[in-house]
Amino acid sequence: MDFLTEFPEMGRQDLRDLKKSIDAGFREFSREFGQALETFFEPLLRFLVWLETLLLATPWPIILIVVGTLAWLGSRSLKIVIGSVLSFVAIGYFGMWEDTMSTLAIVSVATLVCFVLGIPLGILMARSDRAQTIVTPVLDIMQTIPAFVYLIPVVMLLGIGKVPGLIAVCIYAIPPIVRLTNLGIRLVEKEALEAADAFGASYRQRLFGVQIPLALPNIFAGVNQTIMMSLSMVVIASMIGVAGLGVPVLRSISNQYLALGLMNGLAIVALAIIFDRVSQSYGERLQKHRSGGHHD
Amino acid sequence: MTEPKIRIQNLYKIFGAKPQSVLKEVEQGMSKQELLEKHNHVLGLKDINIDIPAQGVSVIMGLSGSGKSTLIRHINRLIEPTAGKMIVDNEDVLAMNKQQLMEFRRHKASMVFQKFGLHVHRTVSENAAYGLIIQGTPVNEAKQQSQKWVERVGLAGFEDHYPSQLSGGMQQRVGLARALATDAEILLMDEAFSALDPLIRTDMQDVMLGLQEELHKTIVFITHDLDEALRIGDTIAILRDGAVIQQGDPQEIIMNPADDYIVDFIQDINRGRVLKVKTMMSRGHSVTGPNIPATMSLEEALPLVSASDYKVGNVVDESNDVLGSITLDQVIAGLVRPEVTTNPESRYR
Ligand SMILES: Nc1ncnc2c1ncn2[C@@H]1O[C@H](COP(=O)(O)OP(=O)(O)OP(=O)(O)O)[C@@H](O)[C@H]1O
Ligand SMILES: [Mg+2]
Repeated sequence: MDFLTEFPEMGRQDLRDLKKSIDAGFREFSREFGQALETFFEPLLRFLVWLETLLLATPWPIILIVVGTLAWLGSRSLKIVIGSVLSFVAIGYFGMWEDTMSTLAIVSVATLVCFVLGIPLGILMARSDRAQTIVTPVLDIMQTIPAFVYLIPVVMLLGIGKVPGLIAVCIYAIPPIVRLTNLGIRLVEKEALEAADAFGASYRQRLFGVQIPLALPNIFAGVNQTIMMSLSMVVIASMIGVAGLGVPVLRSISNQYLALGLMNGLAIVALAIIFDRVSQSYGERLQKHRSGGHHD
Repeated sequence: MTEPKIRIQNLYKIFGAKPQSVLKEVEQGMSKQELLEKHNHVLGLKDINIDIPAQGVSVIMGLSGSGKSTLIRHINRLIEPTAGKMIVDNEDVLAMNKQQLMEFRRHKASMVFQKFGLHVHRTVSENAAYGLIIQGTPVNEAKQQSQKWVERVGLAGFEDHYPSQLSGGMQQRVGLARALATDAEILLMDEAFSALDPLIRTDMQDVMLGLQEELHKTIVFITHDLDEALRIGDTIAILRDGAVIQQGDPQEIIMNPADDYIVDFIQDINRGRVLKVKTMMSRGHSVTGPNIPATMSLEEALPLVSASDYKVGNVVDESNDVLGSITLDQVIAGLVRPEVTTNPESRYR
């Protein structure tokens, strides 16, 4: 009764041929379009390099001032400002300044890319149920598929380097901003929209005057999560040549350097906490007008 | 008679997957219940014919679910009908393209909502200016122009507050200011005051009536409250299960209710306060007795008639010309409630 104990597999030879032909097909594709894609991503690469160089070239006291100022503008909380600045001081003191700047650069660019692509996509999803049914499973796949799996085609196409790293980070980090933009717009009160319609608002007036402003807290939560997720991709991205805090972590795994790994890991955590606290309190201030006294 | 401002003709609305396919049967008289059971469609409106005169307050009344909101949303085409006509100022609203409809909503008809429909991210003055902003007026100018209305509805000093900082009554004042600011001739009010406490509601009715006295807009006012309808309506149409069962002069409806549904509706009103002398009088010669204005309520006329020597009074118009007479018996007849022929638990509830 072999039939029941052995799963009826496809023939070994056939399977090998199938895999080979997929690989060959993709290689063919990347030979054909790899160059074109690289040119396409060239401006992005230049921007990333420019930002990284800028951050590295800026004297550290200025960076500290900028960090403190941004934290203040975002949170209006002295506690958060002091915490942020002290974290950066510690990072510098323990010799992780340069890696941190590189990480900041890639996280910023990745967030920007996710923002620019994710928000329009979320708006489209909110507008059309059809788009939503198509995009939702794609987002599910992007969030659940192990990062290593999509690193393979990305590396085959673009080789090792900053751009493939950036793409990997974006694939992982873009879903929340898309989802929450969609959700936020769909949750806008029917009454508010009906009023816009009744006064003759056009599609744009409706979108920019009512839907997006009212969805802002959700969109903002999406941006926040996107930042967090791109930070958490830093180690994996460093496997394919992205500079930053991930590199020493990788090194400490192969060499069993506990202290090095721990410090760099903590630096990533510190960045995440700073981003989170600042953006959360900014988000809260953003929707202050909702929490008035009366409600019916 | 002048041309009606709004004419609603043979209007049908059926909610469901394929309304056109069941329209024929509805036109042939299929009931709401039957339609739901047989075809799983909801009958929203059924053969509505209403002429709405210019510059008056036309009330549309009915219990919850009778189709009031559905009907008023057809006037500015927030809802597309399944069949029928909607003519405003001799223009077919249903034939308008997107652009024309937008213009119509921006300039011709504005709306006040039961749940206010304010934008919580805008301040009071920004909300009031919303219609003007949509028309393309620069924000600051729009705010200036609408400031007058913010003041007229009694919200001076609250310009920079957000809706969440206001009470329900104040929020609806913002809604009213927003609707008035566009200078639209038609004002659509869907249970505008229903969400408010009775005292605040009376307050808002006064505000509205005061404004109406000088603005003379064409107001379509939805309510489920008969007292409110009688207080502000020049004409009343009563809806039940999506159909108009009676429409006309409020006094007429109270004196001659078309069916049990309406009898039930009117049985709790204060007839003495609502009915006017002119409704109960007999036309004809003058009698020996006091002069009573035709528009006086029976409640006020009762002591006058009762105190007169022959228990009778002359009914006079504004220029004191005698229209006819009213006897004590006629006054009392007006105060007596008509019999309710069905039990209070009747089928339509
Ligand atoms: N979009 C819709 N889809 C299906 N049925 C609907 C829809 N809108 C309204 N209806 C139905 O049409 C009928 C009339 O609804 P409508 O909201 O006009 O009533 P209403 O008189 O305004 O009631 P209320 O006093 O509760 O506001 C109800 O039976 C309702 O269930
Ligand atoms: Mg309603």
